[in-house]
Amino acid sequence: MEACRITARDLACRRGDRVLFAGLSLDLAGGEACQVVAPNGMGKSSLIRIIAGLLRPFAGSVERHGMAGLLDERPALDEHQPLGAALDFWHRLDPQSAPLDQLGLADLTDVPVRYLSTGQRKRAALARLIGQQAPIWLLDEPLNGLDTRGVAMVEDLVAGHVAAGGLALIASHQPFALPDLRRLDLATYTR
Amino acid sequence: MSTLAALLRRDLARLLPGMRGGGSLLPLLFFLAVAMLYPFAIGPNPTLLAATGGGVIWVAALLAAILPLDRLLASDVEAGFFDQWALRGVSEELLVAVRMVAHWLSFGPFIMLAALPASALVGIDGDKLRTVELGLLAGTPGLAAIGVIIASVTVALKGGGAALSGLLLIPLAVPLLVFGAGSLSTGGEGGLALTGAISLLLVAIAPFAGGAAIRAAREG
Repeated sequence: MEACRITARDLACRRGDRVLFAGLSLDLAGGEACQVVAPNGMGKSSLIRIIAGLLRPFAGSVERHGMAGLLDERPALDEHQPLGAALDFWHRLDPQSAPLDQLGLADLTDVPVRYLSTGQRKRAALARLIGQQAPIWLLDEPLNGLDTRGVAMVEDLVAGHVAAGGLALIASHQPFALPDLRRLDLATYTR
Repeated sequence: MSTLAALLRRDLARLLPGMRGGGSLLPLLFFLAVAMLYPFAIGPNPTLLAATGGGVIWVAALLAAILPLDRLLASDVEAGFFDQWALRGVSEELLVAVRMVAHWLSFGPFIMLAALPASALVGIDGDKLRTVELGLLAGTPGLAAIGVIIASVTVALKGGGAALSGLLLIPLAVPLLVFGAGSLSTGGEGGLALTGAISLLLVAIAPFAGGAAIRAAREG
């Protein structure tokens, strides 16, 4: 996997009139994983979107080397399409096809996305993320809606990704079992 | 190149009438319904109908072009598609340009076809029919461009965009209608040329205006 790195300096995030966090610095290299923890509404998702380059920080700068893949609550799959066809669209843009067997989706390829459950959607979004082959994984609440087997599967996937030299930034309020997982508590950066 | 083909294919599948889960025939039926009802409203005066029918065809084409606006971009932004494309380095300008082409293909050629029976209903034929068709060929790309500009500017307004869409439409559409419909009465060939010029200008601006609007909507 290509070398990747995220360097964030003195980040601050403002939503509306509120500064959610300020003075946040972060340095992550390939092979490292970090979990962002904070209560709801403290800016976990905003931090992920700032690192992804989708949201401008109120202050500070982000340097990102390597392509980033984002997993959030929106699977970005066509609701009326069967799951197989919806994932095929991303396969045309991305280097690899999604490992459906591994994610327990092999039997669902004919089912329209709108009939999938929350957990199944999350698995489908993971399939899209894996197909993208991005060295940087930005995961916003990756465990939401997943059963215990799904949680273990995501933890295995992230462990495999990090072991292969990838980088993972995980925003989650749930415990995430991963060896050498760094923790970043947003509450220490609030004013 | 394959990215472009994949994007256009998906956009067409979503917008073309009759495709599975795609666009509806409503804009086309709406266009025909206006042309069909107009003679009933005006009365059976052939001179009056032929004199005003071209303008009605133009207004009907404009309205048919903006009927699908609410699902042109907003649903993809809400579903996270645009964020995923951004992460893959696909620019918003390219996405809006592709969407504009797909939007035009989903109504432009159909409107030009439907303009044949519509012209017959309001008593337009011969040279005047040719001017209507050429005018629509020159003007509908501009209507598609206006459509994607409005759709991208109102993309962040969840549900409340309809009123603003209407207000935005009026100033943008006036030049096209003045010259497009004007080519039937006073404009002639010059009117057609000006319609094409305004159309090209709108088509050139739309990807940049739309791309900037979608990026701005992310910050909201």
